[in-house]
Order: sequence, then structure tokens, then C-alpha cells
Amino acid sequence: MAVQILIPTPLRAYTKGEKVVSVEAGTVGEALRTLTERYPELRRHLFNEDGRLRSFVNVYLGDEDVRYLQGEETPIADGQTLSIVPSIAGGSGWRSGRWITRP
Amino acid sequence: MALRLRREHAAQIQAHVEAGYPAEACGILLGREVDGVKMVEGLHLVPNRWANPEEQTHRFFIPPEEVRTAEALAARRGQEVLGFFHSHPDHPARPSAFDREHAWPWYAYLIISVEGGRAVDWRVWQLTDDRSAFEEQGLEIVEDSG
Repeated sequence: MAVQILIPTPLRAYTKGEKVVSVEAGTVGEALRTLTERYPELRRHLFNEDGRLRSFVNVYLGDEDVRYLQGEETPIADGQTLSIVPSIAGGSGWRSGRWITRP
Repeated sequence: MALRLRREHAAQIQAHVEAGYPAEACGILLGREVDGVKMVEGLHLVPNRWANPEEQTHRFFIPPEEVRTAEALAARRGQEVLGFFHSHPDHPARPSAFDREHAWPWYAYLIISVEGGRAVDWRVWQLTDDRSAFEEQGLEIVEDSG
């Protein structure tokens, strides 16, 4: 199935400036893997060291967040569009005079 | 790569982060990049949606649907999402390791230190390509006609 992946502005530096990348894939996960095989420098900004999508990276199939579908296993129909959208989390991490550390 | 902010937008950001104190406050910067300068032409102010309100003094969250809304708003105006701002209540305007884990390069991350309810220090940061660090960028505040 041909799927169009919309590349957000910050990541276009890693897709040779392409705003839309077309790949052949049957699932969302396959589409993202194909994308990062074609543009390996994208990988670290989408996936963590364990190969899982970073927690702040969200993928939409059309208008649906794939986390509420079948995640990376979500099947893709021909001609659908994938969007990569960040959520933004952060903060000082400072409380009661000490740093909050993650487990 | 500098961030250029009009005084009217700086005033809106200041009011937003001071009103949010002692919680962190946040928002989205819209505009255009011209010759490497990110020129803010609009703001999308959003509530801090970090799930646990008790932790909002040191954490913030902007959900993806707010980013999509901002992207659509920007696209209608021929703009794009240039970056994000958030406050660090009673803490320096420096990104934390947590900030770095949740960032992308290119975006401008404006952090405002709010001490005792007053915005006292404004700094702009950009993530390096290898995700290893934030580098400080220039911040220009210009008159509204600029």
C-alpha cells in the first residue's frame, strides 16, 4: 500500500528537505521503519535506544492518533496519510531543593 | 539561529507565565523563519496539561492535538510552528535533562525563569542534531512595528 508520510518542519533536514515522503507499507510500523531505513538520520529523533517510538512522538493516520487504533500494528489502506506530531513535555524537574530523577 | 519576538507577544507571554505561577505555563510560537531568524508572528497559548496537578510546578505537557491545532492555525496564515515556550518557576531558564529527552532539533525552546511570580530571565535553546545538548540562541525583542 502506498502511504504518504508528512514530515514536520524540524525533521525535514533529515529527509533532504522533503515535506512528504511516499513509502510502500502495510502497517504504520512498517511505514516508519521504511522511512527511517531510507533516511537513517531520522531514526534517533523518532525512536529511542530500545527501538520504540519516543514517548513524545505521536503518529496520526488521517485524523486518528494510532495509539488509539492498533499502534504500530495499525493497518494502512492505499492512499492514506501519516502525520508525525510532537507532544511537548518538559520542565525544570526541580522540587524541594533536589532534582527529580527518573527511575 | 535567533528568535525574534515582538514586544506585544513578549507581553502576552509574560502575562501568561506570571499568571500561571507557581505552576509552569506553556505555549506555542507561530511565525516564519527568514534568513535563519525565527520571527514570531503569533502565539497559541495553552494550559499546562501535565496530568498530576501537584507536579505542575516542575513539569508541563502540551498534547499533540494542541500542536496539530497550532500547525493548522499557522498553515492558514502561511506560517509554521517555530517552537515552544514554558516557564521554570523559581528555577533558572536552562533546559533540564527531561526537556532534552522530549525535544527535536530546529525548534526554538524559549524558557522563562519566573521568580516569586515575576518573569526575570528569558533564554532560547535549540537541540543539537545528535540530541546530546541544547545550545543557547539569541533572543531579540523588537518594537511591534518591527
